[in-house]
Amino acid sequence: MSVSARRLLLRLVLPILILVVWTWLAGSTLVPELTMPTPLEVLRQWKIMFDEDDLIVQIFTSLTRAMTGLAIGGAIGFLLGLSAGISEVVENVVDAPLQMMRAIPFIALIPLFILWFGIGETPKIVIIALATYYPVYANTSSGVRNVDGRIVECAQSFGVSGRELYQKVIIPLAMPTILTGLRLSLIISVLALVAAEQINAQSGIGFLLTRSTGYGQNYAVFACVALYALFGLLADLLVRALEKVLVPWRSGVALR
Amino acid sequence: MNDVTDGTEDLAVNLRGATKSFSSASNFSILDGIDFKIATGEFVALVGKSGSGKTTLLRILAGLESATSGDVIVPKARTVVFQEPRLIQSMRVWENVVIGIKDIQDLRALANASLAEVGLENLAENWPAKLSGGEAQRVALARALCRRPKLLLLDEPFGALDALTRLNMQQVVRTLCSRYKPAVLLVTHDVDEALALADRVLVLSNSKIALEVQIEVERPRKMGTGNLLEFRNILLRSLGVESD
Repeated sequence: MSVSARRLLLRLVLPILILVVWTWLAGSTLVPELTMPTPLEVLRQWKIMFDEDDLIVQIFTSLTRAMTGLAIGGAIGFLLGLSAGISEVVENVVDAPLQMMRAIPFIALIPLFILWFGIGETPKIVIIALATYYPVYANTSSGVRNVDGRIVECAQSFGVSGRELYQKVIIPLAMPTILTGLRLSLIISVLALVAAEQINAQSGIGFLLTRSTGYGQNYAVFACVALYALFGLLADLLVRALEKVLVPWRSGVALR
Repeated sequence: MNDVTDGTEDLAVNLRGATKSFSSASNFSILDGIDFKIATGEFVALVGKSGSGKTTLLRILAGLESATSGDVIVPKARTVVFQEPRLIQSMRVWENVVIGIKDIQDLRALANASLAEVGLENLAENWPAKLSGGEAQRVALARALCRRPKLLLLDEPFGALDALTRLNMQQVVRTLCSRYKPAVLLVTHDVDEALALADRVLVLSNSKIALEVQIEVERPRKMGTGNLLEFRNILLRSLGVESD
């Protein structure tokens, strides 16, 4: 068996096991009737939503929110992390406030956000940005700070300076750590999406979820939650693809 | 402090009273009034025990540190091969070779030519992580030499290599230095290496140049050629090693 086939098989083992247990559990008497659909019924529910609720449009709306929020939060986290990683002064100035902000349960602020930003797209995106900046910030700053000073000194002695030093040396060498931050932020952006979409959503997965909860449609609730899980998988695939593009050199350095 | 000039026609390095102390509190200076010159195209080896300050001296010549006092005249075109290869992992081998060069159009051709000189032309597209220690150090040598420096600074460049690789590297350095004739300062703790390569050997001891030996022995040198053994004993004795 080829290496990639073996890898795929290993990756599938646990999900298949979960599906089997789930199917068994849903049909057993351990859970109250009509509260847990089988995987097949989730598929059927998706089909219904696809026909009746424009599921594709809803997914697209939700992903756009998550990605916009993440792009803003990630960009802020990256720039602050880069500055804090390079300069001790910046780190001293921004680190404590960022830590404090991170500890604020932003979900508790949702009512205030509605007062501040209204009930449109803005508060949703602000929530996601606030939830996602931190992992990128923390990982970028530690990635940059941990770039080997001797390598930087060497590059400088060969005439690399200023912007080129960051573009060609410091940021690429910090990239594996930065991507770890991005991976965490991507997952968090999906989690924050659930909270954000509770604000008067007229569209999106959160809207479907809220509506289904209201009508007591347990299968539909389940189908929405399963979608979030799929988003998590997508996020992981996205970061793996980014790793291939941004850190191709690492295959020889990493443990495996 | 470091006057960067291209010196005179026949003088690449001119150090006068170079002193370096790391803390103003103590009176100790790692380098204390060092004077020496390196002629254009001359190969000088600087030997000394660990902690004698030889790397500090090299770093001052490289402009990576500045002397506390004294005059340092070095050419602008100077490059360093460090003890470790210090390649940038995220750039391909050939990009590492020509990193920072801006005034040349065809960088790839320059990189390929330089890599060919150290016998690595077919590794140009590799990532540094795939190289062996000796290969990486040869890339570092190509990186330093492709800029045609007037002064080449070698900071124990073979220290981390195995004995056979080290001999090969010495051969490569000898060939390339006699081709391009930069002034060379080789910092090493290996007396045999100094004797194999250098026109002149300086011994750094107690913060001063304790001994200077002109090695007038024709190349290629083998142990036993001319009066190499005699030079060896003199140098080892000044480093505190008694040999018979």
